[in-house]
Amino acid sequence: MTTAIDAAPTEHPPHPGGTVLVRRHSGLVRITHWINVVAVFFLLISGLQIFNATPGLYLGNYADFDHPVMSLTAANTPSGPVGITQIGPLHFNTTGFLGLSIYNGQWAARGFPGWATVPSYQDLATGRRWHFLFAWLFAINGAVYLIAGLASGHLWRDLVPSLRDIRGIGRSIVEHAKLHFEHVREYNVLQKLAYLGVILVFIVLVLAGMTMSPGLDAAFPFLVDLFGGRQTARTVHFVCATLVVLFIVVHIVMVLISGLWNNLRSMITGRYAVSAESETHAD
Amino acid sequence: MLTRRLPSRRNFLRGLGVSASAAVLAGCDRLDSLSQSDWFRKNVLHIGEDINTAVQRFFLKPTSLAREFTEADISKKFKANGSTDPDDPEYLTLAANKFADYRLKIGGLVENPMEFSLADLRAMPSRTQITRHDCVEGWSCIGKWTGVQLALVLEKVKLKPEARYILFTCFDTLEQTLDDTGRYYETHALEDAFHPQTILAYDMNGGVLDIPHGAPLRLRTERTLGYKMAKYIRSIDAIDDYSKISRGNGGFWEDRGYDWYAGI
Repeated sequence: MTTAIDAAPTEHPPHPGGTVLVRRHSGLVRITHWINVVAVFFLLISGLQIFNATPGLYLGNYADFDHPVMSLTAANTPSGPVGITQIGPLHFNTTGFLGLSIYNGQWAARGFPGWATVPSYQDLATGRRWHFLFAWLFAINGAVYLIAGLASGHLWRDLVPSLRDIRGIGRSIVEHAKLHFEHVREYNVLQKLAYLGVILVFIVLVLAGMTMSPGLDAAFPFLVDLFGGRQTARTVHFVCATLVVLFIVVHIVMVLISGLWNNLRSMITGRYAVSAESETHAD
Repeated sequence: MLTRRLPSRRNFLRGLGVSASAAVLAGCDRLDSLSQSDWFRKNVLHIGEDINTAVQRFFLKPTSLAREFTEADISKKFKANGSTDPDDPEYLTLAANKFADYRLKIGGLVENPMEFSLADLRAMPSRTQITRHDCVEGWSCIGKWTGVQLALVLEKVKLKPEARYILFTCFDTLEQTLDDTGRYYETHALEDAFHPQTILAYDMNGGVLDIPHGAPLRLRTERTLGYKMAKYIRSIDAIDDYSKISRGNGGFWEDRGYDWYAGI
């Protein structure tokens, strides 16, 4: 493996045709990525603490307590207490995880379990402090990323799929399904859509979070109209956070199976090994 | 080579899993102790809510109104939270007589300390508003409130120039303590006290305000979370500093870690 950009293949190439290291991620993308990792981690665990204060989701302006769209509850049954996850008309027994879990060696009725929240014990006030602290880190970091990404053309150039990308989407899905990964400088179309998608989800998340504020609703009345009510906004906020978790899971799995060290190095030092062949054909 | 690499990768991942769960457990303890550290709470955790306050103060004009709804939007069930049936002797005596002997005392940094009976307050111009009540716990209810604008009452008693906050002292004890710090109270900035939608409500949903929702008189500050809206109001005082009152954070829930400017 060589370290110079556009260099010729080495004497002992790991793949036929050899690899070269290219600069893949700019310093700004790398820094904002890792700040985002920290911020999203704390936002998720503090968000679950806040959710636990009212472990149900509703639609509209006010909470119709008898008809949640989703809820995590505990109930007593003849065979002992159970945790129930309700989504629409469906009910699942989630004893031990959702609705009812063990905390400090005892059964506790709570939405999400202690190991998933900060603090681990029930404390809405402190959960809110963690949440808003990292919400601001997240928002400022995200704003820097978006503004720099727009100004430098990174978002347009690297994330918005081209017409050719869109036409090749079927082929890309097949390649992913076969776990066959081409190592080239550019993102493939599924990556582009996933990264653009998660940016969009983050923006909706922030707007839905703001809509839960009675103060901001008085200052910006259109926020409530955008979501169709404060309770709907709370539900959207939760659904978007779930999508973020889904993104993180898929993202980590893809990083692991498509070359852990190469991917990690590219997000730390910026350098990414691509097939030498793809580089000579490029441009 | 492949057969040798796969188990080792599995072992590697298993090792990663074990160390990850150990790290999670250690991390939980670390985050719990940070959550309880006075220094960390005061100097780090507080930052987010300080920025919230500054940003909302910047965008919220004194004239920005909370949305008002129609009769059709009123919640079927309006949840009552916090104290719902105070058993403080003074309150029970007043409640037994349907609050006929209730007198709202207004004092502190005012030119003319005054007392108002419920009849006095009802004789003043009233405001009715159908608004969304947002609890810090995440739920909302919509109700119709009728009362007198706090601004009208404060104009009668005339604030002294050094007055900076309005203190609401309540009848109810929400937490049993030895030093009376479990009694409910709240403080508000003058900007919010004089807001047109800030009313002392005596009616709810067209009837007389009931005990679970704060009879005989409760505060409505529609641009804040519910815990700022003191129920069972006993007296109102104009003050210049709340750091000497109760535990010094400007309200019952503020003394228990919640933010003073509860706009989000």
